[in-house]
Amino acid sequence: MGVGDPLGMACSHALASGMGGMRTTGDLVGRMQMTRGMRLREAKAYVAGKLGVAVSDLADPIAMHDVRRDLGLGRIPVQELTYPTHAGAMEAKFRIAEVLDVPINSVQRFRDRAGLESGA
Amino acid sequence: MERALRTRLGDGSLVEMTPSEIRADVQAGTEIGARRAKAPPLTDSELDHLVDIFASESKFSAVDMGDEIVLSFDGTGNLDSGSRVDELYSYQSHRGADMLELFNIDYSYKAIKTILSFEAQWMKTAQLNLVAPVQYGAMPDLGRYSMPDGPIPNWSELMPLGRIDEARDAQVAAISHAVEDMVFVAEGMWEAGADGLDFDTAAAAGDGDFLATLTAIEKIKSRHPDCGIELGMASEYVLGMHGELTYKGERLAGMWPKDQLRMAEAVGVTMFGPAVNVNTTKSVAWNVARACTIIKPAMEIAQIPVHPNVGMGVGGVPMSPYPPADAVSRVSRALVDILKVDGL
Repeated sequence: MGVGDPLGMACSHALASGMGGMRTTGDLVGRMQMTRGMRLREAKAYVAGKLGVAVSDLADPIAMHDVRRDLGLGRIPVQELTYPTHAGAMEAKFRIAEVLDVPINSVQRFRDRAGLESGA
Repeated sequence: MERALRTRLGDGSLVEMTPSEIRADVQAGTEIGARRAKAPPLTDSELDHLVDIFASESKFSAVDMGDEIVLSFDGTGNLDSGSRVDELYSYQSHRGADMLELFNIDYSYKAIKTILSFEAQWMKTAQLNLVAPVQYGAMPDLGRYSMPDGPIPNWSELMPLGRIDEARDAQVAAISHAVEDMVFVAEGMWEAGADGLDFDTAAAAGDGDFLATLTAIEKIKSRHPDCGIELGMASEYVLGMHGELTYKGERLAGMWPKDQLRMAEAVGVTMFGPAVNVNTTKSVAWNVARACTIIKPAMEIAQIPVHPNVGMGVGGVPMSPYPPADAVSRVSRALVDILKVDGL
């Protein structure tokens, strides 16, 4: 995107056209773009297929909150809801690698350096 | 008589224009973009849609539900609250970022090489704490290799003296240093767990800068095929500072986004970011029409996701560090609606 003050630039774009990041599945579709070079339509279809949801649901925070909970893909804690007993941060990335069926560099490094078996 | 509406110039200031004046501006913007980039002008229906977006005083404008795109956030964070990882977390969790980018304020691979272990440690910490994909970003920044900042004779000083061959030789010598530094940093970041690398404002120093970037990316991808690579351009066309440099037989100087994209795809880039500069004295509507016209040929052939640069002063966004939301949101919507971009 580019530089500018966070409200005027980042938030304006996020509300005008963005998928919503971890509120929805923007981070998952973005991962398929960044590391697999998938165009938007292909990346959305891929993620929707792996999650078992419709493409039209991918940017819906209400629907995706439950999907992320069920699959352990990480959610954003807020004042009213926290998730200390659910997957978050690196834990969630282990699940994302499995659900999306893509290698994640940091997950592989973690697995190697922690002495975990592949797929553990 | 038509009522005048408030709209913005490329510097962000408010002006009053009638819908007819806005229509004339988008027409002029697409015509000048088409002439410059040797591209077709936007169609009448596309121009009509731009007028619909800009001939309105609503405080905000947005894409239709279902048309949302991915936001890649190069240079994530404002460097004013907590650590850089705190800022990445804030953008992930509070600002809807789909991707994140760890960066240093000295945004140059040459500079980062000297502090790589420190930067790579931050990358490892970021990766342990974040869910969204995190890339590392900096500029290829070929100019840093010329004297007095670097070891190579300064081609910008040699050229005015008519010492053209020496200026060209200097750029070629600088390219090898730049490639080495970019690959060196990439290796460290990949080892630390980065999801990808961003080569931002590529070709800022012209065709030599672009060639160095393409060469480095090709090397990185040959070693790490799973590494994401974002190539963001510095401006709308590649300056011919050398003028005769080629990649796979194609002259790099003078390339516009469509050809820049072809080069990016050829070396294994996974995301491409064209940059179209803003004219601060023209309306945002004029600038967006021009940007759409210049980028559209790239969208028509793209095999990889295209994320046009829409930060301060590019892609139609006003040249202000505090851009008004009414203008930014219209630019965001226009690029999605007209170009069907994959992200911004």
